[in-house]
Amino acid sequence: MFDPIKEVNEQLGKLRETAETKGIDLSREIRHLEAKLHRLEKDIYGNMKPWDRVQLARNPKRPTTLDYIERLFPDFIELHGDRHGYDDAAIVAGVATLEGMPVTIIGHQRGRNTKENMARNFGMPHPEGYRKALRFMKQAEKFNRPIITFIDTKGAYPGKAAEERGQSEAIARNLFEMATLKTPIVSVVIGEGGSGGALGIGVCDRLLMLENSTYSVISPEGAAALLWKDAKLAERAAETMKITAQDLYGLGIVDEVVTEVFGGAHMDVSLQSSLLKPVLTQHINELVQQGQTELLNGRADKYHQIGTIGS
Amino acid sequence: MTAFFKKPKRYMPLRQREPKIDAPQGLMTKCPSCKYMHYTKQLNENHKVCDCGYHFPLSADERISMLVDTGSFEKFPGPEVKANPLGFPDYEEKLAKDRERTGIEEAVVCGRASIAGHPFVVCVMDARFRMGSMGAYVGEAIASAVRQATAERLPVVLFTASGGARMQEGMVSLMQMANTSIALKQHDEAGLLYISYLTHPTTGGVSASFAMLGDLNVAEPGALIGFAGRRIIEQTIREKLPDNFQTAEFLLEAGQLDAVIHREQMRSFLHNMITLHGGGVDRV
Ligand SMILES: [Zn+2]
Repeated sequence: MFDPIKEVNEQLGKLRETAETKGIDLSREIRHLEAKLHRLEKDIYGNMKPWDRVQLARNPKRPTTLDYIERLFPDFIELHGDRHGYDDAAIVAGVATLEGMPVTIIGHQRGRNTKENMARNFGMPHPEGYRKALRFMKQAEKFNRPIITFIDTKGAYPGKAAEERGQSEAIARNLFEMATLKTPIVSVVIGEGGSGGALGIGVCDRLLMLENSTYSVISPEGAAALLWKDAKLAERAAETMKITAQDLYGLGIVDEVVTEVFGGAHMDVSLQSSLLKPVLTQHINELVQQGQTELLNGRADKYHQIGTIGS
Repeated sequence: MTAFFKKPKRYMPLRQREPKIDAPQGLMTKCPSCKYMHYTKQLNENHKVCDCGYHFPLSADERISMLVDTGSFEKFPGPEVKANPLGFPDYEEKLAKDRERTGIEEAVVCGRASIAGHPFVVCVMDARFRMGSMGAYVGEAIASAVRQATAERLPVVLFTASGGARMQEGMVSLMQMANTSIALKQHDEAGLLYISYLTHPTTGGVSASFAMLGDLNVAEPGALIGFAGRRIIEQTIREKLPDNFQTAEFLLEAGQLDAVIHREQMRSFLHNMITLHGGGVDRV
């Protein structure tokens, strides 16, 4: 499939490279192409409805946390376990470097096929998954490593054992600990951000969302069933509930929307990773400049401001 | 709600004979658990608890007047929040109706009070208002009450009663889980006591945030407490759940609560705990 955005992106990349390696001033040409790219994106994505984005966010081919980790952090080392008897595969965690800086990475992990999905419980963590995530957050705090979390889950697993072992408590504990964790936290929603199960690794200093990802308190189907007693009104709920990256940016909940490649992130994972990397790096770099008090006050204010007027 | 009403009776009703006359509404109250017809006045004098053990839901005002020293409650002003952050259709009309019906501003009432002279900050959710769901008002009212407690170095007692997130406020509602948890963490780091008192029902985003963050998490008998809804769990795991699933007693057995406390003991329990946590031993 012809992808004009990808085409222009590649031309831009070549121009920038030429300008840099040969030391020629191509700034006019580059500006021209950037404007063209901007117009193209506006035309193509401007017409996308929230429901179209829900479909993209749920596309089984959509890149998962490990797909991004592979490309963004080639030196990633995965680490395991909650130290209380479990290693929840719906959460991946480990250490790596970002531009030479040690970072801790934690993310929901869906499967890329049925077999993987069985093993990963479709990316829906049990309480142990949240406790595993917390262990690595505490470790990151101890060693002054910024934390990057990838959010990609339909929600925390709604099971009998999960309730018995304290799903509520595990999520609540993470919100509580992340509240004053003394290291920068950047979260990126890469697919579906499902409610408390997403927030359980998502209390952060900067919230980024890929352009076609969603973040919601309930699925559009669930909202439609609950509010209008008709799950078929999901399409309408996807609009009313304001769950897209663009809507949430408008509400002041999301700090930056990350551009996706034409047709969605799954069309070119490597290109998508290269679009994400500079945004991620910039936010981490800004946050590591901040002092402890500034960082933690900023985090508290971020959540305080969402629902309040003029504070 | 149904799950709770279906729970098997744990106590033998002491009075099994129902009054013969059909009493006018208000004068009599029927226990939904054992069907006994109570004189409302008597029931109220009995902390609104039936002999069968059933705890009737309380309004925030009833809870406060049952708990604190007479005349000690000073209500905090409500927070300044976005009234309809998503611009959700018909939402403001629904809020106005609930305000009129319940006489309260929103689903939580917060303020300063005392028990036997010991000052504390109390927040009481009221499930009559939008099923006690949490939007910006509830979240910020609780967060700012907790911040106030931190500033005044007071303990916090929070009574939860909530169906979870306020759907009409979408992600603004979800983010209140973080807003309240941050305020509680600051209170915690100041070395202050927080008691979460879970009442029927406490589910979803409320159970997965401040309800589970107490130094003590205690519950009223029979209260439904859980993260996911019973029906969703049954659909997911394709099996029938036991009748007592997600009750306070079930969670106590599963190690998720510190205690289940009969309403009659509520005041003395809180008095004891506030006193016991009033400052430890100075060590050399
Ligand atoms: Zn009864």
